[in-house]
Amino acid sequence: MVVFEKPYALTDVPMHYCPGCTHGIVHRLVAEVIDELGIEGRTVGIAPVGCSVMAYNYFNCDMIEAAHGRAPAVATGVKRAEPENIVFTYQGDGDLASIGTAETVHAAARNENITIIFINNAIYGMTGGQMAPTSLPGQITQTSPYGRDVTQCGFPVKVCEMLSELDGPEYLERVAVNNVKNVKNAKKAIKKAFQNQLDGKGFSLVEVLSSCPTNWGLTPQNALKWIDEKMIPYYPLGVYKDRSAAKEDTK
Amino acid sequence: MSDKVLMKGNEALAEAAIIASCRHYFGYPITPQTEVAAYMAKRMPKIGGTFLQAESEIAAINMVYGVSSTGHRVMTSSSSPGISLKGEGLSYMAGADLPALVVNVQRGGPGLGGIQPSQSDYFQATKGGAHGDFHMIVMAPASVQEMADLTVKGFELADKYRMTAMILADGTMGQMMEPVSLEYDIKPMPEKPWATTGTKMQRGHNIINSLSLVPEELERLNFERYKKYEQIEENETLYEEYMMDDAEICIAAFGIAARVSKNAVNEARRQGIKAGLIRPITLWPFPSAPFKKASERVKSFISVELSMGQMIEDVRLATECRVPVTLCNRVGGMIPSPEMVLEAIKEAAKNGGAR
Repeated sequence: MVVFEKPYALTDVPMHYCPGCTHGIVHRLVAEVIDELGIEGRTVGIAPVGCSVMAYNYFNCDMIEAAHGRAPAVATGVKRAEPENIVFTYQGDGDLASIGTAETVHAAARNENITIIFINNAIYGMTGGQMAPTSLPGQITQTSPYGRDVTQCGFPVKVCEMLSELDGPEYLERVAVNNVKNVKNAKKAIKKAFQNQLDGKGFSLVEVLSSCPTNWGLTPQNALKWIDEKMIPYYPLGVYKDRSAAKEDTK
Repeated sequence: MSDKVLMKGNEALAEAAIIASCRHYFGYPITPQTEVAAYMAKRMPKIGGTFLQAESEIAAINMVYGVSSTGHRVMTSSSSPGISLKGEGLSYMAGADLPALVVNVQRGGPGLGGIQPSQSDYFQATKGGAHGDFHMIVMAPASVQEMADLTVKGFELADKYRMTAMILADGTMGQMMEPVSLEYDIKPMPEKPWATTGTKMQRGHNIINSLSLVPEELERLNFERYKKYEQIEENETLYEEYMMDDAEICIAAFGIAARVSKNAVNEARRQGIKAGLIRPITLWPFPSAPFKKASERVKSFISVELSMGQMIEDVRLATECRVPVTLCNRVGGMIPSPEMVLEAIKEAAKNGGAR
């Protein structure tokens, strides 16, 4: 009996991610959701610039590689042209919360009917570990060698909190993939974010707290601990907006 | 005889795009092209199309990138400073071989510049417009009719060659009103098997991409793209010659500068000076052949431009500097008058083409 296999929505291409990186887990969760919803044939994914730049090789659905930060704008175009298709972006923190902030905020404000998977690992991975918009205060990176000094480089951007102030977005949730329980919750959130699009509800973003052992300079195991001890206290997990659920409650 | 209607250049262009079955428009307000957006905002919802005012020029061109990836016809329009912002997207679209129509109704620069007509984005438009080796098909209308005609042609060429076609208009073309006929025989859109429309579980996944990390592969892609460009140079170059049969002084001008220059040529002829005009309609590919041919016969060239002299470099290259090429220009939103061009013609005639 087969008890575990590769989701159909993933290709057989070996991934380039570092050992201990949680991109692989999140890719798998997205693919499982695509399989379970039976939407691979009408799904179009948008890859970002950053560590997951080559995600277009890993998902079996049609894929588009966007310019740095522009994935929500590209997704807007794809969705407006083919509203029956399911469109998702997969973006890192530099891509979504720094260079692409405007695209993110305005896609949310328009309640664009797309799904965004946002990987927050508090660092620029692909370029070798520079300070990200989400790097924690005091965090040492290549471009904050003395620790992120908030008097000089400002404070981290809390994407779910920020977007939750907008009237536009349908659904915002922050999850983590550092233990089994959290991975299960992450899968639930990702599935909801896709289901919302199928139901025509609108902009759904799942922020996934992820690890970067290579650039954090930690073992994979300690990196998962770092998510628990450092990241989750600064970026609390939970649902930041769920408009349909809120409407249900008031009934 | 087709019925003509009186239309503003920007509006004729927008309606022509709709006739060419463009159903998706993304833009951002900027003078002097805002009428295109306003027209689309009115028309698109009525015909089941998309009009979306983007948060920025950058977002607008990336929405274009998204629609183009699905194979639908799509356009954006802007004016000079906005086109600079679109540069990133234009380069990515070139790298991903995506078709689209982009309109630049130019205003004076650099920087925020002014809002009056200009042709000072010639370099930007014809020499690539952003990072990397690439070209766009660049067309310069000189009438409201051409604003419409070249828009239709632009969509066809963009699809045929999988690249961006740009309408490089000046503020005058966008703002002026003329009678225009909008009757076109629209060819069916070519098949786009590369488009990301969902696999329908019937084929392998399509990927739209400009990333290529293996140098040999990226080199091959560039060489292939430039082979395509050679075909375009061979087959798609457009220009108009006016009174060139016996011309001794040849004016090079496009857009509004060409219209002004035509008046000057007529007046020069009345005064007994053999002047003529070559008007490039495609700025890339540049019509080098007629200039080269003329350079074997005429005494001198005058490049009339609303810039500090940009096209003049291509005229000099095309004519291999066989005879003098001088510049007659106004900038900053100013337009050369027919009298000014006539003076330049007289001056050239007086010098007899002396080097």
